[in-house]
Amino acid sequence: MIDTLSHLPRPPAGAAELADRFGDLAPPLTARQAALESARCLYCYDAPCVNACPSEIDIPAFIRSIQQENVQGAAQTILSANILGGSCARVCPTEILCQQACVRNNAQECAPVLIGLLQRHALDHAQFSEHPFQRAPASGKRIAVIGAGPAGLSCAHRLALHGHEVVVFEAREKAGGLNEYGIAKYKLVEDFAQRELDFLLQIGGIEIRHGHRLGDDLSLSELHQQFDALFLGIGLAASKRLGLAGEDAPGLLAATDYIRELRQSDDLSQLPLAERCTVLGAGNTAIDMAVQMSKLGARDVNLVYRRGFAEMGATGHEQDIAKANQVRLLTWAQPQEVLLNDQGQVRGMRFARTRLDSGRLQSTGESFELAADAIFSAIGQAFDGQALVDPLAGELKREGERIWVDQNLQTSVPGIYAGGDCTALGQDLTVQAVQHGKLAAEAIHTHLMRNAEAA
Amino acid sequence: MADLSIEFAGIKAPNPFWLASAPPTDKAYNVIRAFEAGWGGVVWKTLGEDPAAVNVSSRYSAHFGANREVLGFNNIELITDRSLEINLREITQVKKAWPDRALIVSLMVPCIEESWKAILPLVEATGCDGIELNFGCPHGMPERGMGAAVGQVPEYVERVTRWCKSYCALPVIVKLTPNITDIRTAARAAYRGGADAVSLINTINSITSVDLERMVANPIVGSQSTHGGYCGSAVKPIALNMVAEIARDPETRGLPICGIGGIGSWRDAAEFVALGCGAVQVCTAAMLHGFRIVEQMQDGLSRWMDSQGYASLADFSGKAVGNTTDWKYLDINYQVIARIDQDACIGCGRCHIACEDTAHQAIASLAQADGTHKYEVIDAECVGCNLCQITCPVQDCIEMVAQDTGKPFLDWQHDPRNPYRVAS
Repeated sequence: MIDTLSHLPRPPAGAAELADRFGDLAPPLTARQAALESARCLYCYDAPCVNACPSEIDIPAFIRSIQQENVQGAAQTILSANILGGSCARVCPTEILCQQACVRNNAQECAPVLIGLLQRHALDHAQFSEHPFQRAPASGKRIAVIGAGPAGLSCAHRLALHGHEVVVFEAREKAGGLNEYGIAKYKLVEDFAQRELDFLLQIGGIEIRHGHRLGDDLSLSELHQQFDALFLGIGLAASKRLGLAGEDAPGLLAATDYIRELRQSDDLSQLPLAERCTVLGAGNTAIDMAVQMSKLGARDVNLVYRRGFAEMGATGHEQDIAKANQVRLLTWAQPQEVLLNDQGQVRGMRFARTRLDSGRLQSTGESFELAADAIFSAIGQAFDGQALVDPLAGELKREGERIWVDQNLQTSVPGIYAGGDCTALGQDLTVQAVQHGKLAAEAIHTHLMRNAEAA
Repeated sequence: MADLSIEFAGIKAPNPFWLASAPPTDKAYNVIRAFEAGWGGVVWKTLGEDPAAVNVSSRYSAHFGANREVLGFNNIELITDRSLEINLREITQVKKAWPDRALIVSLMVPCIEESWKAILPLVEATGCDGIELNFGCPHGMPERGMGAAVGQVPEYVERVTRWCKSYCALPVIVKLTPNITDIRTAARAAYRGGADAVSLINTINSITSVDLERMVANPIVGSQSTHGGYCGSAVKPIALNMVAEIARDPETRGLPICGIGGIGSWRDAAEFVALGCGAVQVCTAAMLHGFRIVEQMQDGLSRWMDSQGYASLADFSGKAVGNTTDWKYLDINYQVIARIDQDACIGCGRCHIACEDTAHQAIASLAQADGTHKYEVIDAECVGCNLCQITCPVQDCIEMVAQDTGKPFLDWQHDPRNPYRVAS
């Protein structure tokens, strides 16, 4: 249990009711709905939706397969581009990706084909008697993947497909990364992340070793010597800090820590409930946190952001989810002081009102207090500096605090590749991480095979 | 409002929308409901000699579009399976109750003079307005020498038509089968036999689909199937062509035509009238949606006629016939070129890939900085085939624009490139 929130009460609702509240946010299409929706696809050529998909799924092709009652073929088309297509179908912000680009989302029609739900339909209903991808003959090459999140798993699968042996090192008990520990429960329900993982591993040639953390018991230098290539998919493990006094007081917690606990909980009624809850931030994690606390039974949930709605990282769709769950979105206010009670526990927060002055965020001089039983910080993730401490790791070129990679996902150190949130390339999205892993695997494969030929 | 009433081959009706001889007109109950809904006439489902036909189960199947809309419909039902006496009694009652509506009786008996001589007075005694000879039914009945088996032999068509004209005083409409090579041959035969009108098309031999699990075509009867008669929206183009063929045939000039085949809207009906029909018959659309469809058909047709300044059907009947001609009379020098309305274009790329793969490589796909594509017609390559306009999902996005070529009208008969040209 989360020690820093142990003084809080438990949700009044029972486990069964809470489980119900955390059910699928976007229920799957029925067969009839899928048939109707797939018929709406115009089967574009050089389709804008594909262009907008970071993982380059051939969307018109898979939708046409659905329309022709070939869900198996549809699923294979999706998985060949994105082995985590099932979770992407659920967590992708399609409203700013494929569905935003859909030609039916024009001003005359304003009704994109529901690509995400169709993708889910295909993958939910495909029944493969064996893993749909068969491995190439063994290459004799061994590759280490650090981090079993979407980037690492995608990379591992593609490498295994090409006949390589892959060892995945994962710090946590379960593989899956944010799909397992970080996504709102109502987006990826039940044990979907683990089922998807099991399916992915069926290709063979992938060994996952849990409990190993880079900078702890893993050294980049040693791995570099032991394996033919390395892929870093270590994400952004640290939560950014507010830099305020009282930040470690009971009642103040990183939203990601709470969400991880919630996702692993078998009984939601045993979670600490912040009846008056404040969430700091404006990204999807902030929304996920606020909405989940609301679903647990909080009566007063405020999401506070220092800028305006237009600048929010969360999409309009996400903001709508928050509003539909009675979350109050407060803008133009930034944390000023953590307010504590006599026992040193969080009782609220003082905010400074802000405004833009010549493009710079300024305090207006006004402030207000917001009572809260707990405050959850979701102001962004940061690089875990502890991960890259050995001498070789120190050689990795950085871009900002993240790892620099070229278009082939190779770092500045030959033989070491990286992808996903730990790199600065592209967007911080699951689907982007999957694409990184896939492209890195292809680059590694090309590189190793070229060397093998030359030898 | 325009006057929709008609007089077709001497038969008066308050509007040109008649129900075709088929299940919707099988008995008094249905026909009364049809008249209550506003249909201008019905052709009573085909009567035959007793004992009445026996039908199988199941009977219908369909060709579906992507959204499960019925594109085409298929049936293996025979003529009426009720006794002649019941049908005649009901026809008499209905006609008496609905004197202003056209009530035509469809007939099919063996190709024997005595058979026709026997049934015609009985039918005439009902007070009906006319008879329609079912020479078109393509399934079941031809195996017994009736229906399409008659319609496919011009001599039989002429002979039976003549018998009917001699043994009864009613207008005789000959219903033609499309399962022939040249529809005009059958129409001419009917004309020679003295027919007052022809109606077409009857259904087309068809198998709509195959059940791939059971390996049997649809509709399934036990573990077997048989071909049926195809109708519905999909057959409209075939029917329109056959109507036009007859309408512009000098040998049958003036022969009234009742159009049948895939009519489901006022616009469909207007198209048949424009190609020379004086009335139309509807079946599949009513079978799919009920008799109420006639309300929108009447309302739509009369409003459109008002907008065009047509006071009656006669004002535009046959107006498109003169513009329907043989290929050899078309203007070789006429040229259209596609023009894409870039504001309406949604960027689906269908015009490009269709033209690029299967036509004339006349639509360029220009990659834009944001990853999308812009599509532009290459005028010099465009032959004006209409393919891009057809595959474009946006109404009016692609326009085929007539070009001023500066060349005079020239048909193939006079084209210097034609080695068999007519000497000028």
